[in-house]
This record gives sequence, C-alpha cells and structure tokens, in this order.
Amino acid sequence: MNATTQHRIVVKDLNFYYGKYRALKDINLDIADKKVTAFIGPSGCGKSTLLRTFNRMYQLYPNQTATGSIMLDGDNILDKSQDLNKLRAKVGMVFQKPTPFPMSIYDNIAFGVKLYHNLSRNDMDERVEWALKKAALWGEVKDKLKQSGMGLSGGQQQRLCIARAIAVKPQVLLLDEPTSALDPISTAHIEKLIDELKEDFTIVIVTHNMQQAARVSDYTAYMYMGDLVEFGETSSVFTNPKRKETEDYITGRFG
Amino acid sequence: MFNLYTKRRLTNAIGLSISVAAMAFGLFWLCWILWTLLDHGLPAMTPAVFAKMTPPPGSSGGLLNAIYGSIAMTLGGTLIGTPIGIMAGTYLAEFGHRGWLSPITRFINDILLSAPSIVIGLFIYEVYVVRLKHFSGWAGTLALAIIVIPIVIRTTENMLRLVPSSLREAAAALGAPQWKIINFVTLRAARAGIITGVMLAIARISGETAPLLFTALNNQFWNKDMSQPMANLPVVIFQFAMSPYEDWQKLAWAGALLITFSVLTLNILARTLFRQGNSTH
Repeated sequence: MNATTQHRIVVKDLNFYYGKYRALKDINLDIADKKVTAFIGPSGCGKSTLLRTFNRMYQLYPNQTATGSIMLDGDNILDKSQDLNKLRAKVGMVFQKPTPFPMSIYDNIAFGVKLYHNLSRNDMDERVEWALKKAALWGEVKDKLKQSGMGLSGGQQQRLCIARAIAVKPQVLLLDEPTSALDPISTAHIEKLIDELKEDFTIVIVTHNMQQAARVSDYTAYMYMGDLVEFGETSSVFTNPKRKETEDYITGRFG
Repeated sequence: MFNLYTKRRLTNAIGLSISVAAMAFGLFWLCWILWTLLDHGLPAMTPAVFAKMTPPPGSSGGLLNAIYGSIAMTLGGTLIGTPIGIMAGTYLAEFGHRGWLSPITRFINDILLSAPSIVIGLFIYEVYVVRLKHFSGWAGTLALAIIVIPIVIRTTENMLRLVPSSLREAAAALGAPQWKIINFVTLRAARAGIITGVMLAIARISGETAPLLFTALNNQFWNKDMSQPMANLPVVIFQFAMSPYEDWQKLAWAGALLITFSVLTLNILARTLFRQGNSTH
C-alpha cells in the first residue's frame, strides 16, 4: 500500500475469542478509504468473524470477546465506552441472506433513518428515493413503495438491504457474502453496484468467490485458520502472491 | 439386492397400512361425534335459542343468557391473558438466553399448560370465590385467563424462535435498540403465528366447563353484571344434558352444536391465517 492511501479503519493486534476458542490471531490490517477490500479464505478461516468486529455485531452474543484495537475516526471501536448506536450509524452491514424487514419497501428504508434523524415527510421521501437510486432499485420499485419488501425477488431484496444500509449514510459498508444466495444476473447487478458505491463509501466484502474478489476489490486479504496470511493490492495478490499458501488457494490447489 | 428391495416395499406397505388404519380409527369417532351432534342439535336450533333465556323445566326457552355469558367471559379471559402471554413469551424468546429466570419460567409454564383445568377452577374458587363469598363472572374470566396465558406464552416463544437471527442482526446492524428490534421487526415477523396461538387459546377456553363450574357457576336470568354469577354454555350443557326434562336436553344439544362449530370455525380461521401469513412472509 502506498503512503498516500488514506486509511479508514486501522486494525492492531486484534484477537477474537468464541468462548475460549481463538478465532482471530493478532490481526494487523488497514482498510483504505473509499476502496473495496475483500476478505477471502476457506470456510472457518475467520473472515466473517473479522468483518463482524467492525460493527461489534458479536456483542449480541454472550461469550464472544475481542482484544486489541480497531481505530475508526480516531476512536477505538472495541472500547467499552464506544456508543454502539453511533458506531452502527457509521458502519452499515449487509448479510449473506437478504433480510428485508416485514414491512413495506418504504418503511424498510425509513426504519434505519428514523433511528438517527427526525426528517419531515418530504425529506424522508427524498432520502428513500436517494437510497433506492444509489442501490439501483428505484426504477423497479418506485410504483410499489407501499408493498411488502418480502414480495421482491432475492436479488431485489438484497439491493433493498443495501439501500437500507446506505440510507443511514454510513462511512463504511460491510458486505458479508452478499451474493452467495443470488443467481448470476443478480450477482452481476450487485457487483456493478459495489463498483459505483465505492465513490462514497469504504467497502469491506467477505466472499467465497475468488473471481468476485478479483473483479470488485482494490485490496485483498487472504486468511487461513484465524491468521492473516497475505494482504495487499488485489492485482498483486492474485498475479504475484508472496506466500505459497495464498498461491495454492487462489489457484485452486487447496480450499 | 432383489430381496432387500422387496423387504423395503413390504415394510413400507405395513407401515402405511397401520398409519392409515390409525387415521381411519380417529376419523371414525370424530365423524360419529359430529354426526350425533348434528342429528340432535340441528332440530333443536330454533330462533328461540338466540332470543330467550334458559327456561325452568317444562317451559320453552333459549340460551341467550348463556351465549352472552360465554362470549363475555371468553373475551375477558382472552383480553387479560393475551398481553401477559405475549410479553412473557417475548421475554423467553428474546431475553431468556442467560440467567435462571427463563428456564424456571419455561418449566412452570409447561406445568401450567398441562394442568387439568378443574385444578385451575378450584384454585380460583379458593382464592377468589370463597373470599368474596359469591360466584361471579369475574372469577370465571380469571380462571379462563389462567388457561390462556400458558398457551399464548408457548406459541409466542416458539414463533419468535422461528424468526431467523439474521433478521435481528440486520436490525441491530442499523443501530436499532433492542426494544425497537423486538417491536418493529421480530414480533411483526412472527405476527401470524402469534395470532394463531391466541385463536387456538380462544378455541380452547370456549369449551371449558370445569373452571367455570366453580367460579361463574350459572344463572337462570339475563345478567350483564360480571360480579354476579353468570350463565355460560358449557355449564348449561352440563346441567341440562344430565336433567330428565326433554326441553332441557334439546337445549343442551343446541348449545353443544353452537360451541363445536364456533371452535371449528376458529380453528379453521387460525389455520388459514397462519398459512397466509407464512406465504406472504
């Protein structure tokens, strides 16, 4: 990474435990601002775990703990004093399976916005439209905003979830295997969208699909058994990996 | 290979016939009950049933006071029991991951769920009726509420557990506090199932006799005052069916038909509602 790159998230000596099991081992990593960073690696390597420390998702469950530091905007987000709601306003997340809420398309998007802003009816309408346009969904749903979000197709639901996450105007967008439950056409939609969204947001994506990582990301981190094996610009990780393990994985000899 | 295949087919045929026979056996009695009910009940179904009060022996009358009492107490029991049940069920499903309170609550609830309703009737009799020194509609309502609560707790907890945790995570990831996640996301996602549970609870209490026998007792006259003894269909059926008077027996059949078909309707309604709720979600 060159010296001029701005870092949005700085991870230092991060360890993560499920009870006594150490799932992340001394991770050190910088996430570049307004770029796409991909985490790849075999199942159980810790890539999703690492992603879920960035918004302290693990906090929902007992017995999950993290040590070390993750700096965002000069705050260590692992600090107990960190306000979780403020953190999650800055760090949005989209999950593997589409998770539309059981309410209308409009309300799905307004739900998150209402948590932070008391917008007038007009401003809220505008915000909803803005988010849906950003998520490339506006054209398909603009005439049925009052219908249930559950009625959309899988790919549309996932874009609705992306719209819902960016409607809060976060700085960072975490994508946890966002296309693994989708068909190839919806996947292509989302990948194109990721490319557009990185103008405004810092994006971190976990993916099982190495071609996807190669296609959408600027930086790639290869993880194995809780270790960060290799991290660098995507082009060099894929064309000229420094570590033998990385090469074995991306060439399909392993994993 | 051939032997193995024949054996499997044989086992399958035996298993299938046994289950079909079991189903036919159950269905046979159900149909017989429904047939008898229709056979005796339909001729007794006259407009007077809905217009007149329960009569003294030998004169004509209806079931109006009993129908009113049943509706009032069932409604009251549901209105008291449902909010308590939903809140407790929500606690068990959403907060009950740690600590000792939820396993104990769940255990007690299971006991309450299978407790004979006559015990609940006796309990209300002892703590309410004996102390106030008279039977009343309120006592009946309370007894019914105690039957509703465990049913609603159980269904609410089960339905909330069916809501995928990814939905909770998605709401939490937006920064929503837990009370908002529960009120606006998980309870809403489980709504159809919870309403089904409430309707099944209503179906259950609308036929209960034992808890009303000790609490609401009965009343021959029109009574809207819940603090007085109150007529109700199950107890009227119990009393009239055992009597030697033919008019009374007829009314008992009419009452039985009424209860059975309202319970049947509620059950069908609950099932279709649940199915609809599931298909749109």
